[in-house]
Amino acid sequence: MKMAGRFLARLRNPNGSSMHWVAWVVLGVLLATMPWIIGASFGNTWLRILNFALLYVMLALGLNIVVGFAGLLDMGYIAFYAVGAYLWALLASPQFGLHWPLWAILPLGAAVAGLFGVLLGAPTLKLRGDYLAIVTLGFGEIIRIFLNNLNAPVNITNGPQGISAIDPVHFGSVSLARPIDLGFTTLPSLVAYYYLFLVAALLIIAIALRLESSRVGRAWAAIREDEVAAKACGINTRNVKLLAFAMGATFGGVAGGLFAGFQQFVSPESFGLLESVMVLCMVVLGGMGHIPGVILGALLLTLLPEFFRHIAAPLQQSLFGKVFVDPESLRMLLFGLALVLVMRYRPSGLWPSPQRRREIDDVLNTDAPADLPVNPT
Amino acid sequence: MDIFLQQIINGLVLGSIYALVALGYTMVYGILGLINFAHGEVVMVGALVAYSIMTALLPTGMPPVLLALLALLVAAPVCMGLAWAIERYAYRPLRHAPKLAPLISAIGVSILLQNLAMMIWGRSYHSFPDILPAITYDINGAHISLLQVVTIALAALTMAVLAWLIQRTSLGQAMRATAENPAIAELMGIPVNRIITLTFIIGAALAALAGLMVGANYSVAHYYMGFMLGLKAFTAAVLGGIGNITGAMLGGLLLGLIESLGAGYIADLTGGFLGSHYQDIFAFLVLIGVLVFRPGGLMGERVSERA
Amino acid sequence: MTTQPLLLVSHVCKAFGGVQALKDVSITLKRGEIYGLIGPNGAGKTTLFNCLTGLYVPDSGQFVFDDKPLVCNAPDKTVRQGIARTFQNIRLFANMTALENVMVGRHARLRSNVLSDILRTPFNRREEQATKDQALQLMRYVGIAHRAHDLAKHLSYGDQRRLEVARALATHPKLLCLDEPAAGMNANETAGLRQLIETIRADGISVLLIEHDVQLVMGLCDRVAVLDYGELICEDIPAVVQQHPRVIEAYLGSGAHA
Repeated sequence: MKMAGRFLARLRNPNGSSMHWVAWVVLGVLLATMPWIIGASFGNTWLRILNFALLYVMLALGLNIVVGFAGLLDMGYIAFYAVGAYLWALLASPQFGLHWPLWAILPLGAAVAGLFGVLLGAPTLKLRGDYLAIVTLGFGEIIRIFLNNLNAPVNITNGPQGISAIDPVHFGSVSLARPIDLGFTTLPSLVAYYYLFLVAALLIIAIALRLESSRVGRAWAAIREDEVAAKACGINTRNVKLLAFAMGATFGGVAGGLFAGFQQFVSPESFGLLESVMVLCMVVLGGMGHIPGVILGALLLTLLPEFFRHIAAPLQQSLFGKVFVDPESLRMLLFGLALVLVMRYRPSGLWPSPQRRREIDDVLNTDAPADLPVNPT
Repeated sequence: MDIFLQQIINGLVLGSIYALVALGYTMVYGILGLINFAHGEVVMVGALVAYSIMTALLPTGMPPVLLALLALLVAAPVCMGLAWAIERYAYRPLRHAPKLAPLISAIGVSILLQNLAMMIWGRSYHSFPDILPAITYDINGAHISLLQVVTIALAALTMAVLAWLIQRTSLGQAMRATAENPAIAELMGIPVNRIITLTFIIGAALAALAGLMVGANYSVAHYYMGFMLGLKAFTAAVLGGIGNITGAMLGGLLLGLIESLGAGYIADLTGGFLGSHYQDIFAFLVLIGVLVFRPGGLMGERVSERA
Repeated sequence: MTTQPLLLVSHVCKAFGGVQALKDVSITLKRGEIYGLIGPNGAGKTTLFNCLTGLYVPDSGQFVFDDKPLVCNAPDKTVRQGIARTFQNIRLFANMTALENVMVGRHARLRSNVLSDILRTPFNRREEQATKDQALQLMRYVGIAHRAHDLAKHLSYGDQRRLEVARALATHPKLLCLDEPAAGMNANETAGLRQLIETIRADGISVLLIEHDVQLVMGLCDRVAVLDYGELICEDIPAVVQQHPRVIEAYLGSGAHA
């Protein structure tokens, strides 16, 4: 962690060290060669997992806008991922015989997801934290239940079976589902998707970073810190909150679209509450509101459980001669345990922003009283 | 008419169970301001422990009622111990941590318990043995079984005892004081930590009873049952005004009624467009509706913005 | 400068449950004035503030500010119209830096939107830089520029008060409402505050001041209104107010004036 931090500091600090551009180049080369290395040494399974990790980075950054920046606890976030995914599935599959191109669906998916974000945000504006949590959770479930059941009397979503044979991501006649011949080499499908997702993720990181240090980012932080004071500063809290919901949802919609094109299959099962919880955990575990922390959280929570899943069975086999515990449930067991332990020993996340870290220390050391209730006179 | 009455009966049974579980959520929330996400899993553990005890003792030929009683006598302490451990190790260290930390920890406990249960009891659905003879009464064409009568009565009795405990005993007074303001309560000599632990333990006892009831009424128990049940019960607690004991009871009953009536009539209401599998949507739609118009829940105080 | 009053409060009533917090209160605030609002605890001073700044909706009555009626229950619009406030118990954005706090105050006066924020248009860059400069300037103005990059909550009490004033000034108000700014301050800090308020007025911003420190109010304000149990007892220059029998009664209890 410390090394990563120092590395990051170098990336940030252009005049402090002459190493900074070297760090950028190293990072760039690492990201560019990653799929080849992973593909060659661990195979396609891990390449696929890597791609999912990038999707989760996008999702976590989207949720981070709502939860981390604006302080609104959204527990149904995966609904927007679902909206993006199903929109792609419906507009580019044999389901309705539509085959729209990427440049049309992806912006539309983002927009529709954003609209759903506003739809969720509007009735919940006045709700306090925990009420908001449960309403958003309910919203997520409603979306999933509809996806699950909208196959009768009119078949829209194809119900629990989901929609298959979805068009892969393609640019003109070049489909990412097949190896792409670049002349000097061929790009395997999974690697092509990796690059696409990497570009999308970098774009989203850039947007998130810019939003954080902007007029609207400050307004979000102000609402998170003290809503009444934010109003007194001339912030239209309603609009700014809706904007947070919409913005976060947009990221989710984009990630969802990419997911549908990548997987070529969507079903309601992928959008359950556990997924929402998972993304929330990425944000909180990584370090709420701190973009590098959130990215770390997303990567860790996608990669580590997979890692356990893959080593659990062989490890048990070699140690005890048989598999005692189903690797899948062992993976979730450890996940649950990790959540409890990380929160206990690092309640502000693994990599919180330097400011937040200080805040936690303050609270833990001083037992500071909560702010005093105010009498109306 | 008989369908209506039938759905009311079914709703009351479901609602009584929701209410019992909702009480656990609401009591903890009232004192700690924490959504005890793992509470649904405690219910699940209660149901599965009860199931194991009953199936183990079934060959002895004991009368089923006695079996159920024994099962409860084992399940309740197990749940209470579990709740104690959860509070002690997953929540208490986080009492002064940022707000989301205990919530995430609770989610962690929930996932942990689910998977532990899956390892112990497996993925399959376990069919619950009958605990009461299958006697049914007929009221105006609607059926109510002895089990349903007992369920409703037992839930009502338990809630009455709880209400008495909280309103009339010194323990209840200490609990209310702690809920109002833990810091002041502590200054007044109330052992706040012990009160919090007790709250968890009482909630767990109710959860064990609820677990047995769910198993008995729906004849099934499995590792995943706590999740949706917990979610619904929490919804009921919020519906009634979270932190409010009466609210939780009312919210539970109301949610049960809404769900069963909704499931019974949704097809008619929508001209067959939506079927009864939309049952789960009702809970959330009602919840959203109530919160939009009464952000504090039905029995909760209105939360006005403070300047 | 016109002779029209800057703020006209007419017949404002507000009740909480059974308690009538404001009973038919009418006051007038002239341009360029430092106007004091005093009264015992619970007299309704902060309630009037909250109604004025849009946090509460009055049951009846209206506010006319700068010749335009104020929109109730829309604090952000009130700010746009030129009224800024501070809070009795300081309400800063605790985990943001002092500078960011003041920059938030500029919010309503900025024209960037999400799109320009994301694209970082040249206009956006210029505006952000200008916002930062203005915020720093305001921090120098209230005398806490050296704390610009500290978290708001790490500032001393007196500095937090000043920061709150700077944040309010950042909204570019015509009227600055201060809710007990001297509460908890020592004599030194109070003297500094007094100087600051006079400077603010000299720079053309009217000030509405709730304060318990009678000495400060009487020495600083051009005119003073006294509230008691939600009612306006009198509104006049300090010398007259001090002699008003009902004011003496309200402050010292009946029977005190022999």
